Amino acid sequence: MEIKFTEENLKKLDKAKSHYPKSDAALMPALWLAQEQFGWLSIDVMKYVGSILNIPYEHVLGAAEFYTMYYKKPVGKNHLQVCTNISCMLCGAYDILDYISDKLDIKTGETTQDGKFMLSEAECLGSCGTAPMLQLNNYYEENLTKEKIDNLIEKLSKS
Amino acid sequence: MSDFQPIILKNIPDYDKIEVYLKHGGYKALKKALKMKPEEVIEEVKKSGLRGRGGACFPTGLKWSFMPQKTDKPKYLCCNGDESEPASFKDREIFEKNPHQFIEGTLIACWAMGANTAYIYIRGEYYKWIELLQKAINDSYAKGFIGKNIAGSKFSADIYIHRGAGAYICGEETALLNSIEGKRGIPRFKPPFPANYGLWGCPTTINNIETLANIPAIIESGGEWFSKIGEPKHPGSLLYGLSGHVNKPGIYELPSGTLLTELIYKYGGGVKDNKPIKMIIPGGSSMPPLRGDEIEGLKMDNENLKSVNSYIGTAGIVVMNEDTDVVKVIKRITKFYYHESCGQCTPCREGCGWLLKILDRIDKGLGRKEDIELLADVASNIEGNTICAFGEAVAWPVKWAVKKFLPEFEQKVKENISLPIANKVHALRVTYQE
Repeated sequence: MEIKFTEENLKKLDKAKSHYPKSDAALMPALWLAQEQFGWLSIDVMKYVGSILNIPYEHVLGAAEFYTMYYKKPVGKNHLQVCTNISCMLCGAYDILDYISDKLDIKTGETTQDGKFMLSEAECLGSCGTAPMLQLNNYYEENLTKEKIDNLIEKLSKS
Repeated sequence: MSDFQPIILKNIPDYDKIEVYLKHGGYKALKKALKMKPEEVIEEVKKSGLRGRGGACFPTGLKWSFMPQKTDKPKYLCCNGDESEPASFKDREIFEKNPHQFIEGTLIACWAMGANTAYIYIRGEYYKWIELLQKAINDSYAKGFIGKNIAGSKFSADIYIHRGAGAYICGEETALLNSIEGKRGIPRFKPPFPANYGLWGCPTTINNIETLANIPAIIESGGEWFSKIGEPKHPGSLLYGLSGHVNKPGIYELPSGTLLTELIYKYGGGVKDNKPIKMIIPGGSSMPPLRGDEIEGLKMDNENLKSVNSYIGTAGIVVMNEDTDVVKVIKRITKFYYHESCGQCTPCREGCGWLLKILDRIDKGLGRKEDIELLADVASNIEGNTICAFGEAVAWPVKWAVKKFLPEFEQKVKENISLPIANKVHALRVTYQE
């Protein structure tokens, strides 16, 4: 597969570049676009992003490695990130995490064999008032209960 | 204070929509400010006594006055919506319920400091709220409040959102600057301070989202009016975040100095299962925790919290009932800091791991008696020895939990326990000395 931004993403990148006085500052938006298009940031993708912004690959790698939300490995289609920090922990986040782990038969950090689900333990996601909660790809699922998890996983399995 | 009128989280339906916001006098303060001189705006904010809401409680007007007036470099404003401190979830409430007041405050701040570009840094996980805020910004651009010649004046300013990508440290102001520049988010040395050498070496000010959301009200009703709300030394309203073992968790906007007990029992609906409180974190996970017996009559503002050796931080309150295992909670908090340390300063990078290891063995019942002292020792060697305040954030919960909840720790350690020697080569070296 050739690694190249779509026309639409190239336009988005140009717009992002126009927000900053120096184009290398658009690295973070560029990595977001790359992750959206390619799913994760492989070495080749990072090299491509570097070449398009005129940044050495090592700098791109340095930034990508620093931020946890940039995937340096492939992830499942539905990435379930359960917050287990204090407020969520007090409201039973570890029970939720274990429940999902048992239900999908994967440990944290693993992906199901069909590639549909990945489970992770996350640090505070800023949703302490609606604990326990998880992040499903870009969006939040809040005030979780075991029934809610059942429904969620059933819905996602079908899609 | 039941007659208190919220300044930010007003109870008006659809207040997040620009039409509704305009109908209720929105963007009036901006027009008023644009007719004032920038110095006058700063003077008004100084008069209000507004302090930063991000945790450090630095007087906002004073911070603004640090920006050089005569410079040939562009000036920048950064709005800090990184909001990664565990137990803090107030900024997203502003993005969702009252984005325009925040945008208006940002524009007034830009005018006061002569900045023509503002970056709003929002944590990457807040995808939904970034979308919501971007829509509000677009609407505001369409009405001519952002962009060229704002509201018919000669002043122009642009506002851009910069999406973070999951790093707690980027809430630290100089780390945030590096992140906007597209680099690893590691804190910078101060001095030089951002007001002189910030984004791309240009004068920059960093303000919290909640701080900026207060500005339009100050300009409209005057600094003096604002200074009379709540506690005189820390005036205004605060967005208190209640979470943990409370019946009605959420964000409550109330005057500073509201009683902690009132917050928990009146607004938060009391403690889950009606149990007594064992521990409370008053302002986000990095603030020193309080014992349940310290909260009676305690007012929630920075000055009053100092009497119990804590601070208001981000006003994110975590309530823990008597069933809570203090060691487990502190271990979980430390694990968070271990994960988030940027690794730049040795005391923090190494110390976080040591603290976590010691806490882990205490929690598992494998701790020695000396480990409690060791915890305090490691914590005190991190505190004050790092470039940024992250060092304090790691050290404080551990240090104060050990001080205030010593029996909890003592219960878990044993008299006679010998730890396995971790590194046999090292051990041999010691014995080999001739």
